[in-house]
Amino acid sequence: MVVFDKPHSLNEMSMHYCPGCTHGIIHRLVAEVMDELGIEGRTIGVAPVGCSVMAYNYFNCDMIEAAHGRAPAVATGVKRADPENHVVFTYQGDGDLASIGMAETVHAAARNENITVIFVNNAIYGMTGGQMAPTSLPGQVTQTSPYGRDVNHCGYPIKVCEMLSQLDGPEYLERVTVNSVKAVRNAKKAIKKAFQNQLDGKGFSLVEVVSSCPTNWGLTPQQALKWIDEKMIPYYPLGVYKDRSAGEDK
Amino acid sequence: MSTKQMLLSGFGGQGILFAGKFLAYKGLTDGKQVSWLPSYGPEMRGGTASCSVIISDEAVGSPIISNPDILVAMNLPSLDKFEKSVVSGGIILADSTLIERKVERDDVTVYYIPATRLASENGFPTLANMILMGKLLEVLGGFNAEDVKATLSKVISAKRADMLETNLKALKLGADF
Amino acid sequence: MADKVLMKGNEAIAEAAIIAGCRHYFGYPITPQTEIAAYMAKKMPKIGGAFLQAESEIAAINMVYGVAAAGRRVMTSSSSPGISLKSEGLSYMAGSDLPALVVNVQRGGPGLGGIQPSQSDYFQATRGSGHGDYHMIVLAPASVQEMAELTVKGFELADTYRMTSMILADGTMGQMMEPVSLEFDVKPAPEKPWATVGTKLQRKHNIVNSLSLVPEELEQLNFERYEKYNYIKENEAMYEEYLMDDAEYAIAAFGIASRVAKNAVNEARKQGIKVGMIRPITLWPFPVAPFKKAADKVKAIISVELSMGQMIEDVRLATECKVPVTLCNRVGGMIVSPEQVLEAIKEVAENGGAK
Repeated sequence: MVVFDKPHSLNEMSMHYCPGCTHGIIHRLVAEVMDELGIEGRTIGVAPVGCSVMAYNYFNCDMIEAAHGRAPAVATGVKRADPENHVVFTYQGDGDLASIGMAETVHAAARNENITVIFVNNAIYGMTGGQMAPTSLPGQVTQTSPYGRDVNHCGYPIKVCEMLSQLDGPEYLERVTVNSVKAVRNAKKAIKKAFQNQLDGKGFSLVEVVSSCPTNWGLTPQQALKWIDEKMIPYYPLGVYKDRSAGEDK
Repeated sequence: MSTKQMLLSGFGGQGILFAGKFLAYKGLTDGKQVSWLPSYGPEMRGGTASCSVIISDEAVGSPIISNPDILVAMNLPSLDKFEKSVVSGGIILADSTLIERKVERDDVTVYYIPATRLASENGFPTLANMILMGKLLEVLGGFNAEDVKATLSKVISAKRADMLETNLKALKLGADF
Repeated sequence: MADKVLMKGNEAIAEAAIIAGCRHYFGYPITPQTEIAAYMAKKMPKIGGAFLQAESEIAAINMVYGVAAAGRRVMTSSSSPGISLKSEGLSYMAGSDLPALVVNVQRGGPGLGGIQPSQSDYFQATRGSGHGDYHMIVLAPASVQEMAELTVKGFELADTYRMTSMILADGTMGQMMEPVSLEFDVKPAPEKPWATVGTKLQRKHNIVNSLSLVPEELEQLNFERYEKYNYIKENEAMYEEYLMDDAEYAIAAFGIASRVAKNAVNEARKQGIKVGMIRPITLWPFPVAPFKKAADKVKAIISVELSMGQMIEDVRLATECKVPVTLCNRVGGMIVSPEQVLEAIKEVAENGGAK
């Protein structure tokens, strides 16, 4: 008897992510949700530029690779090509979504574009080797903030859920993390809701997953998961920031 | 071969582009080749708007007119700007309500029509443009109300049938002036 | 044949696109092409299509990327500065081999430039406008009728070759009205088994992608793409020759410049100068053959352009510098006059073609 198997929506290709990286968990959650909702065959995923640039290789559904930051615009096109049948998600990191692609993010949210956005926030540019991200914490040491992020010099991190919650457009915004079993369960619930919302025609649903980057944070995987609790969550509090249909507005 | 190069010019809002479109459609219904080219950009808002219409027996080459055979000037800046460019032996139609000076050239035929005043007096103050078009058609070889009506029906949507009659009246008024 | 109607060039493009089966338009306002967006905004909702005013040119071209990936006919339009912004997306579309139609109603540049007509984006269009080795099929209409016809043709070529087709027009072509007949035999879009429309759990997943991290593989992809380009060069070049049979001198001009030049050619003929014109209709692929032929019989070629001399380089390449090629131009929104072109013709005729 198989007690634990890969979801059907994930294929056999081995992932390129670093040891301890949480992308693998988040990929799996997205794939499990696709399986459970029975939508793999009509889902089109849009991959970003960043660590998850090759996400298109791992999911069994049709995939599109977008230019850096443009995934919400590409997703808008795919969705509108066949709104009845296409289920569309983007999978984006913090540099992609909150820096170079901020305009596309905000406007897709403002239009309440009926897509699902999985936003992986690990407060650093991983693929290029650990530079400061729009979500890097004040004081955080990165390759391009070697003395720690000086907010007087380069400003403050962007809190995406808080910011987007000010818009009338989006349907659902929730911040979760995946650094414990309980947190993973909760993250899955949020991701499932974000897809279900799309199926129900409710509109723009974004799940921000606070994640780790042991490699570029210079920590062991265990230390990195702890760092999420100690540093990330206090700055990026978990919770539902908007759930229009439920009448919730944080 | 006959080619008529016509330049219509006035303030934005005087219906220069519409008058040009009417002329172009008249050419089209007469079986001619036509082109219509507007000036565009910020100058259209309150400044001088102009429109080049070419009607020809042959395929129209350049739609841009450097030296018009006919100039329809609906305000003084237009006459000032384009009077010199009209070909020798050409025609100038001027709205004499708004243009107080006379045309200085003596090698062109000039028609002064108080179009703006006539339009106001007859209860259609926005149709000075069509009064001038009526005169222009008459000068170019005769005004046929039935033909003109057919053309008007192409430029005025069927929903605005009342507009068609008023435009026709304005055209006739110009033709008879 | 149905009655001809008077339409602006911009409107003719929009209507022809709809006739060609395009049901998705994304754009951002910019003069002098905004009529296309306005037309689409009015029409698309009534025919089950989608018009969306994007937050930027960059977003617009990426929405086009999305619809193209889903295998539908899709377009965007802009004017020069906006095309620069779209260039990132155009490069990605080339790298992902996606078909779409892009319209550039050119205005004077560089920078914000002006809003009056220009042809100074010739290099940008024919050399690909973004990064990397790629081409777009570039179509240069010289009448409102051609604005419509080449729009339909552009969609067909895009689908046939999985490439972007670009209509390279200018402010004059976009704004002018001429009679146009809108009866076309539109070739239906071919099957697109590569499109990302959902696997239906019936096949392996499709991936639309321009990333290729293995140099050997990326090189091969480039080689294959250029084999396709070579085929297109040999089979799809379009041009019109005007009075070239006995011509001793030739004009090279496209779009609005060719309209002006035609007047000058006619006038020069009246004055006894044997001059003709070669009008490229495709700028990429550039119609090399008629220029090669002309190089063996004319004494000189004059390239008439609304740029500081861009197409002239292709004319020189095509004629392998066998005959002198001179430039007759205006820029910045100014347009050459027939008189100016006539003077240029007379000048080369007096010199017997020698520079």
